Amino acid sequence: MKHLSEYRSGEIAAGLAERIAALVEPGSSYKLMEICGGHTHAIYRHGIEDLLPAEVQLVHGPGCPVCVIPMGRQDDAIAIAEQDGVIFTTFADMLRVPATNGSLLDAKARGADVRMVYSPLDALRLARENPDRQVVFFAIGFETTAPSTALTLLRAGAEGANNFSIFCNHVLVPPPLRAILDAPDLQLDGFIGPGHVSTVIGTQPYEFIASEYRKPVVVAGFEPLDVLQSIYMLLRQLTEGRCEVENQYVRVVRREGNERALAVIEETMEVRDTFEWRGLGFIERSALGVRERWGQFDAERRFELPGTRVADPPACQCGEVLRGALRPWECKVFGTACTPERPIGTCMVSSEGACAAYYNYGRLERRSERTPA
Amino acid sequence: MDEREVLERIEARRQRASRRLLDERITLAHGAGGRSSQALVEALLLPALRNSLLEPLADAAILELEDGTQLAFSTDSYVVKPLSFPGGDIARLAVHGTINDLAVSGAQPLALSAGLILEEGLAVAELARYVASLGETAREAGVPIATGDTKVVERGKADGLYISTSGIGLVAASSKLGAQEIRSGDRVLLSGTIGDHGMAVLVARGELELEGAIESDTAPLHGLVAALLAACGAAVHCMRDPTRGGVATALNELARASRTGIVIDESAIPVAATVAGACEILGIDPLYVANEGKLIAIVGPEVAEVALATMRAHPLGREATLIGEIREERPGMVILDTTFGGSRVVDTLAGDPLPRIC
Repeated sequence: MKHLSEYRSGEIAAGLAERIAALVEPGSSYKLMEICGGHTHAIYRHGIEDLLPAEVQLVHGPGCPVCVIPMGRQDDAIAIAEQDGVIFTTFADMLRVPATNGSLLDAKARGADVRMVYSPLDALRLARENPDRQVVFFAIGFETTAPSTALTLLRAGAEGANNFSIFCNHVLVPPPLRAILDAPDLQLDGFIGPGHVSTVIGTQPYEFIASEYRKPVVVAGFEPLDVLQSIYMLLRQLTEGRCEVENQYVRVVRREGNERALAVIEETMEVRDTFEWRGLGFIERSALGVRERWGQFDAERRFELPGTRVADPPACQCGEVLRGALRPWECKVFGTACTPERPIGTCMVSSEGACAAYYNYGRLERRSERTPA
Repeated sequence: MDEREVLERIEARRQRASRRLLDERITLAHGAGGRSSQALVEALLLPALRNSLLEPLADAAILELEDGTQLAFSTDSYVVKPLSFPGGDIARLAVHGTINDLAVSGAQPLALSAGLILEEGLAVAELARYVASLGETAREAGVPIATGDTKVVERGKADGLYISTSGIGLVAASSKLGAQEIRSGDRVLLSGTIGDHGMAVLVARGELELEGAIESDTAPLHGLVAALLAACGAAVHCMRDPTRGGVATALNELARASRTGIVIDESAIPVAATVAGACEILGIDPLYVANEGKLIAIVGPEVAEVALATMRAHPLGREATLIGEIREERPGMVILDTTFGGSRVVDTLAGDPLPRIC
């Protein structure tokens, strides 16, 4: 694991931290949003905030695919899972997300056949192995995971699978960013752009942030040094008065993205007119649905779904957390009524959720603010 | 309220004496060894069964006879799938697991029992293989299986074979081990690499399309423990074998029970490259992955060097390292100093460590 140790070197980090500190003007403050939940996770897991001066504040964004699924969609998923003859397959993160009547894990305990898979192709394999059952894959994730769902649809088509479908909940990164930038309650100075999403869509889709909203963006990788370096690059843009889309993750991300991945998404999926996001409400053209031509593999067409819109629990402030307006600990129920074992909101479920990451890893004051023991 | 006050309030809740069981049904999370398992034990089992032997909720109960003889008594059940995996099988786990629970309680294991639950349709040849493994493992360890039982359940009611083992062991008269003996300044030692068993089983399930030579570390620890106790005596304050829930869960239990803080150093914790790679791909933290042949020993600082040398001289402790220290600050919490230069909380997970999506 040479790769890992290179990107986690404490020695290089210390040097970079010094250069960051040198850029910071005492008394000023810098609010930077990391869009992606993978970054949130890395920030807490490696204790990255400990290397930052108190003036630099990281704000967690909406890029946790589990966190943004509204409760009504989770209810729909459970309704499919509880139908006779269905094998409902899902990534592990979705198992514990609370819905109106418990989570998928609770549905499994009540008798539903819910199975954890690591890839949509595993779900298609289950469909082949169980020809007398309907196998449904709970497709979630941003543009990162959409290509593998798309490829699975293509393969299902080629195989003529008649007992396989996906419940499509793929969402897009740029639309909620515009929603956040348009919100009046948030003053952000810059964005750490998502790395894996950008391997698919490239850096071009963020250019409106720089050109229209005059905020710098640095697309970053997921190792702690990547994140720290992207913070340095953002601060440099800010001190030099620039606002550009820069790419820290050059070893993987290209401006135009991955054309093949985009092509398979385009072939099998289309942008929905609107989609509800947890905490952010309906956002136009912000999610993907299955194209009509592939409708036989669309669980929304195949099954009767309740499709009910369910309001978030009144105590839950996931919306504010997802928009970066509240820090996790500022939520009224954080750590008391809402904990990883009894989550009220989605942000407390996924390890990429800001609340779960903060609860599990970050319950320490930052080193720069800590009183000596 | 500022951040510090919120954190203190949460910590106070976390440290409350017992956990609550709020679930209506048992889910797999209750079997994962994390907070859900603790809630099941503390809120449902302990109140119904409460007695002074059970109350410490240690790896083994210590029974004191009238002549002063102390016996350790422990039980465990094994429901692993698949039944065989690189480095071991269900029978080896069943023998080693109970031996290890006795060993970390400071006991020399005397005898085991084995209860076999067989599923209708299990091939006799397959059963014979596991029974042979059971016998061979017990003989290797020098601990006889002195009594046993078999039951058969209908097809579909068990994954082929479940094994439950119990064991008794003799505790040296002078022995004083347990979380209550842990003191600020004590050192935390770990006998070798972490996460091998859990990742070996996960890969052996064949669902991941991951290949790699990850072998379970299943092994009996009573020899290593005996060597450590002989070298360091009463300066060994507490021992654990970090099985389900991994090193993170074991240390959290110790921090909570001893009302001390534990600070560990990420760069000192050995992880095999193959295990680290598989964990990285799946987004799983090896600190939470099960081990079946590793020892955590908390020892007085004065014997730390001797204890480490003793562990390293034993075949099962060659890669032993000093991973951390006991502190007065932040009682009940485990803090990790990361290789990157930061620090973070290492908490008990609610259920199984779940692979991340992207």
